Order: sequence, then structure tokens, then C-alpha cells
Amino acid sequence: MQSEQTVRFLKKGAIWAFIVLELVFFSVAGHFLSLSEGAFMDLDNMLLLLKQSAPIGIIALGMTVIMINGNIDLSVGAIFAFSAVILLDSMTWAVFAGLGDWVIPVSWGLALLTGTILGAINGLIVWKTGVDAFIVTLGAMLGYRGLVFMYNGEQPTSELNWTLVDFAEAQFLGLHTATWFLLGCTLVLWLLMTRTVHGRNAYAIGDNREAAVNAGIRVGPHMMKNFMLIGFLSALSAVVFYSESGSVNPNDGSLYELWAITAVVLGGTKLAGGSGSVISTLGGVIAIQLLRKGLGYIGSDTETVNLVIGLILIAVLYLDRQLNRKGKEELRI
Amino acid sequence: MTEGTPALRLSGIVKTFPGVRALDDVSFDVMPGEVHALLGENGAGKSTLMKVLAGIHQPNEGDIFIEEQKVVMRSPLDAKAKGVVLIHQELSLAEELSAAENIYLGELPTKSFGRVDWATLHEKSGAILERLKCSFGPRTIVGDLSIANMQMVEIARALTVDAKAVIFDEPTASLTDAEKVVLFDIIRDLKARGVGIVYISHRMDEIFTISDRISVLRDGSYRGTLMTAVTNEEEVTKLMIGRSLDLTRNVQPAEMGDVAIAVQGLSCGKMFQDISFEVRTGEVLGFYGLVGAGRTEIAETLFGLRTPSAGQILIDGEVVKINSPMDAIRMGISLVPESRKEQGLVLGMNCKDNMTLPQVGDLTAGPFVSDGAEIAIFDQYRDKLAIKTPGWREKVGNLSGGNQQKIVIGKWLSMRPRVLIVDEPTRGIDVGSKSEIHALIRDLAKQGYAVIVISSEMPEVLQVSDRIVAMFHGRLMRIFSSQEVTEDSLVQAISGLNTDRVA
Repeated sequence: MQSEQTVRFLKKGAIWAFIVLELVFFSVAGHFLSLSEGAFMDLDNMLLLLKQSAPIGIIALGMTVIMINGNIDLSVGAIFAFSAVILLDSMTWAVFAGLGDWVIPVSWGLALLTGTILGAINGLIVWKTGVDAFIVTLGAMLGYRGLVFMYNGEQPTSELNWTLVDFAEAQFLGLHTATWFLLGCTLVLWLLMTRTVHGRNAYAIGDNREAAVNAGIRVGPHMMKNFMLIGFLSALSAVVFYSESGSVNPNDGSLYELWAITAVVLGGTKLAGGSGSVISTLGGVIAIQLLRKGLGYIGSDTETVNLVIGLILIAVLYLDRQLNRKGKEELRI
Repeated sequence: MTEGTPALRLSGIVKTFPGVRALDDVSFDVMPGEVHALLGENGAGKSTLMKVLAGIHQPNEGDIFIEEQKVVMRSPLDAKAKGVVLIHQELSLAEELSAAENIYLGELPTKSFGRVDWATLHEKSGAILERLKCSFGPRTIVGDLSIANMQMVEIARALTVDAKAVIFDEPTASLTDAEKVVLFDIIRDLKARGVGIVYISHRMDEIFTISDRISVLRDGSYRGTLMTAVTNEEEVTKLMIGRSLDLTRNVQPAEMGDVAIAVQGLSCGKMFQDISFEVRTGEVLGFYGLVGAGRTEIAETLFGLRTPSAGQILIDGEVVKINSPMDAIRMGISLVPESRKEQGLVLGMNCKDNMTLPQVGDLTAGPFVSDGAEIAIFDQYRDKLAIKTPGWREKVGNLSGGNQQKIVIGKWLSMRPRVLIVDEPTRGIDVGSKSEIHALIRDLAKQGYAVIVISSEMPEVLQVSDRIVAMFHGRLMRIFSSQEVTEDSLVQAISGLNTDRVA
């Protein structure tokens, strides 16, 4: 029993220990290698890091729910891009011309609605056809990206609204708007997954779908709600990001699905479903962003960053497997 | 039987896992041409011993001898090369491949450049299948075979080498009676060829049919060996559980109330046809029949998992439509499914969450689940059913089979159902906990539940039921009262021998 608790603690705390390790490493290494003046753990630098974590972070939180539920969503990057297009383009629509700055909440609402609807389509197909979510969302990833290109061709969609930029760049209690959104989503989803019936059912379905059906849980509608949730969050991520940048390229958000999944897996959520934690995913998101920033800080280029993150991901999963294996003699492959 | 050289001998085997001493100084041997049965409750160490024998686990202490030559078996393949083969309980076949490929899996005969030598492969495996009197050829895709024939392929694997000892782990678990007969013929044939056979099973009748000696394990240690010819079930059971167990049948008539659920002319495609019965409150109705007789399918239909093709279901005299488990639960029907781990429990969740799973939606305070309300329910049913668990936080996967089953039963009782359907209530549960579950079922009926028990074990059906439904090939053959039923008449009815129906 004792060792089991130790293992559980190690698994839960691992991602945070890893973050501390990164901080120490980059501070020390930066001291010798960095060309820049400031210390790595400078407050402004850390605040910026949180802000930059937000777009993928918000999506990764939704991905955690989806993966605990035993599914996966590969279309988040495309939903992100399409919602962004709707956000920026709708601000220029003639119907809204008389609204002034009130166009902002209207466009936000439209973008969020778009994401939710796209998610609902994924969920409905998964529910009604019984096709694996991997396949359905793989198709959706291509399809939704197609919609983005159909909308405006290869051209970027741009609209800079200065009120919006001011809002997006604002800092409240030191934290940026985007960071507040990230933390807010984390809190809400954490409550959803740990305190509500919906969260309980999500774990049950992910762990043993048949038993969940036998307990009278309606699995199809439940999964559809989760796909709507991640669609909404992908759109929210777009809203947070493009309110500031004001211009979306049709290829924006590519590979976001993989970064989100990477963060979720680093946080200890299982691909097979049934276990995982929203808070640990936040840790995973921060760890990746720290790694990107830290490697940049000590002078590595982007290619190296991807290589290192890839290696660390595999190393982490190997360690996780070792921890899970402890006490059981599994067959060696 | 102890003279001569044992085919396989273990001496002083100790195997520990972190925190558990799974095997403690166990010695065991099997002579050539002998069937040596290995018995023990779940958790007694049978499967660990078997894995040590087959090279899956390495013992911490003790030695293994093959024909008195000391050996170390590093892996199942190594063990096989040395002449010890394990026939798994759960078939480990590649279903997409042919029988021949499965038989020589990992050791396919090859020509130059690693090309498979198909001619040799089919010839060799064909010969083995013929020796086993199999009705299928080496090119048959394994996935298309019946479970029994898959087991033949598994056995055929053992014959590719000059096996000195073959270990059968619960080989009859999913076989029909006819298939069992074939299996026993093969075992006798192997025996005649001088192969030593270790036979692991829960089923007493089989062990007494096939074995020469019976060894018993309890709590990881060796409890003795009995000669099958001169012992009896009682003696073996006593050795297994450390006390005697009374196998009585239920004779006291229940105090029955109104009809809780009635089924009229219910059919579901080829699964079952024209089934009619009723269950009263306070009554236990047993369903007995062979695997595949349609009993589980009836239960699944009542629980809304299958749609009937004809007939009707009446609850309290009113015709109802049950389209989903949700409907069934709302109407007070609950199902304790056949396989606890796959269908009944969420193993990664704790005891409390499992118990409240179907009703957690009603246990909320505002938007959140109320821990207090859940714990109250858990505590109530833990005490009521005497569930042994360190606490509600314990993962359900860590409990013993008997206690897991009680969690599933508690899950439904806490919903206050009218009809409780229990499919194979004691499958995979050790002998001691079995009688506890049986007493619980009787007690539930006394409390006024209408209980349906499906079982493949005759003593179990006889012990708990007030009336017994005998099924054969999707048809209801006869309903017996517990006073009139005899083992013979029951066996006849489920084999399709007795066709006069009495409702």
C-alpha cells in the first residue's frame, strides 16, 4: 500500500518536478550561455510565458477531457483557424456596421458558436456512426481546413480593432488577458472533471465503456457534449489569440492538435482513457513552453527545440511505464 | 505412481512479488503418462505456479527439474524448447492468421532469404491437426473457428515439440459438453503417449473424471496431494478451503408476493424464441442451461441492451417497452452482468464511485456531486453486504472477486430495484465467498426482491432457486419447482432430451 501511494504521488507530482528542473537548468545554463542580459526567471519573462501558453493551453485542456473520455480530436487546429476567420471577418460585415465597438461581443459570439457547431458535427458523427473518433476527426481536420481555404483562398484575413487589441494586451493584477482565460478555463474544467456528474461519467466511459452503458449512462450524447466543449475551447483559444494579432493565415493552427496532445500526455493523461487530470495538463503546457523559451534563451534554434521536446516526450512515457509496471511482472516485448 | 522419473518436478519453489509471498516452498511433480490436477481457490497461487512452470516467471528460490535434469526456463519459448508447454486459459492466438501459421508461430519453417516454406508448414501442421482428429485444415483462418477448435490449435502448438509436460489452465471454461468429451479424449491420448499433464481447474467433476492425482494449494503453500481413486469431493474441498462446506439445496419455500415481472412469448431473432415466465417478489428464479442456450441474451433483453423481435414484457401487470438500460433502471430492473470486470465495474475508479455510478446524477448539491451523500450510501451497503475494503478510496480493481461482486450488487441495491438479475453470480469467485454470495441472494429474496439467477453451475442453481428454468438452444424446455427437480431431470432438460413442456 505504501509503495502504491508513493507511485501515485510521483506520477501526480512528476510534471511539476519536471518544471522545477527546467527552471533550475535554464537559470544555471543561461548564466553561462545566454547572450541576453536578464535572468531567465525574470518576472516579466515568466508572465509572458504564461500568456504565450494560452492558445495551445486552452485547447489542451479540452483535449484532456476528450482523452479521459477515451476519444481524441485531431480537428482542433482547423477549428481554431476557421473560428479565427469568422471572428475577424465578421467584424467587417456590413450588417454589423452600425454597431461600433459592440461588434466585438457579437463577433466573439459568432466565433465561439462556429467552434461549438463544428465540434458538435464531430460528436454527432462519432455518436451516430460509431466510427472511431480518430478517423472522424482526421477527416474533419482536412475538411475544416478546406473550409478555411474556401473562405478566403490563400489570402490572410485581417481586421485590427484597437479597442480589442487594448483589451487583449491589458494586464490585470499583473497577468495578461490571455493568461486569465487560461487560468479561468483550467479552474472551470477542473471543477467539471472532479466535482460534477458529467466529469464522473467521462472517467467511467473512458475506463470501461461497457460498464458505463450497463450503469445506464447515455454514452453517445455524453461524448457529443465533450466534442462541443473542445470545439468551443478551440474557438475561445482563437478569440484570445486573434483579438490581439488581428490577422489569420489559412495555415494557422496547423499541428496545434499534436502540441495539445503532447501537453496532455506529458501531464500524465493516458491515450487509452479513463485517467488523467486537467491540472497536470496545465503543467504539461507550461513545461513545453518553458522548454521552447529556455532553449531559445540559451541560443538553440527552433529545429533543436522540436527534437528535444520529441525526445523528452518519449522519455517521459518510458518513465511512466516503468512506474506503472512496478509490482507487476509484465511480459517483456 | 511415485516410482520412476518424473517428467517435471519442482522443489521448494518460492516466488515473491513486492509485498506478497505468492508461492511459499511449493513442491510438485508430474510423472510421464499421468494427469496431475492442481486445485486451489483464487489467489491460492495456482496461476503463479503455472507461470513459473512455463518460464513466464522466474522463481526466487527452488529448482525445476525435467526428467531429473535441473533446468532454468528463461521464457515460454525456452520452456517449450525444453519440453514444457502451457495451454492458456485465455487463448493467445493471432486470429487473422491461419491455423498452420498459429501452430508454428515464431518458428515458421523457412527457405532461403527468410521466405516461409509453406509446403512444409502445411504438411507438418496438417499432420498434427489430423492426429488431434480436427475437422479443419491447416489453412483455416483461426478467427473463423469456434472456441473449442481454437483450443485445438492451441493444443496443436504443444505437439510441435516433443512435449514432456503439458499444462492445461482451466481448459473447459468456454467449452460445451460435447467439446469437453473431445478434449478429454485428447488428454487421454497424450497421456497414453507418456506425456505428463498438469490440469488446472475449478470444476470438481472434471478433475475426478480425468486426473490421477490431485494436489491442493492454499494461500501460496502446498497443502497435500490426494490419489483421485481413493478420495472424494468433500476431502478435496476441505483441503482447499481449510474447512468443510455444506452443499445443500434450497428446499424451504419462499414467501412469495405479487408477480413483479412477467415475460410472454419473448423472442429475439436466433438468440431465443417464445420465452414465457414470471417472477414474483420474494422469489428466486434460476436459469440453467449450457453456454449459448440464450440465458444471458434474455437478461440483456430485459435490461434494454437488446430489442426483442416478438413478445412482451410486463411489469406489475402492465406492458412496458424497454429500449435502453436507462429505461430498465427507471422501471426498477437491474442487471449484475456475467463478466464483472468487463461489463460491471470501472476498475480504475474507487469503490464509492463505482457503487454510485448509475445514480450519481441524483446525488448532487448544486452543480456538484455531493461526496457526503455518496459516502453515506457506500457505508450503508458496505455494512449491509459485509464488503471487505480498506475504505471507499480503494480502487475497485484491488479487491478480491467476491468483494468486487458485492460492489456490483450494492450498486443496484442502493437504487432500490424491484427485479434483480444476476448473471453467473459466482464466476471466478473462490469457494468460500461463493456460499456468502448464495446466502446473500437468498436473503435478498426474503427482503422482497424478485431475483433472477443465471448460472452454469448446477449446485449453484439448486442451492439458490425456488424454481428453475431449463433452457436449450434458445428454447425454454421446462420450469421445475425446487421440490420436484432432480439433477438427472435437469441435465436431460438442458440437453434437449426432455421435450414435454410444463409451464
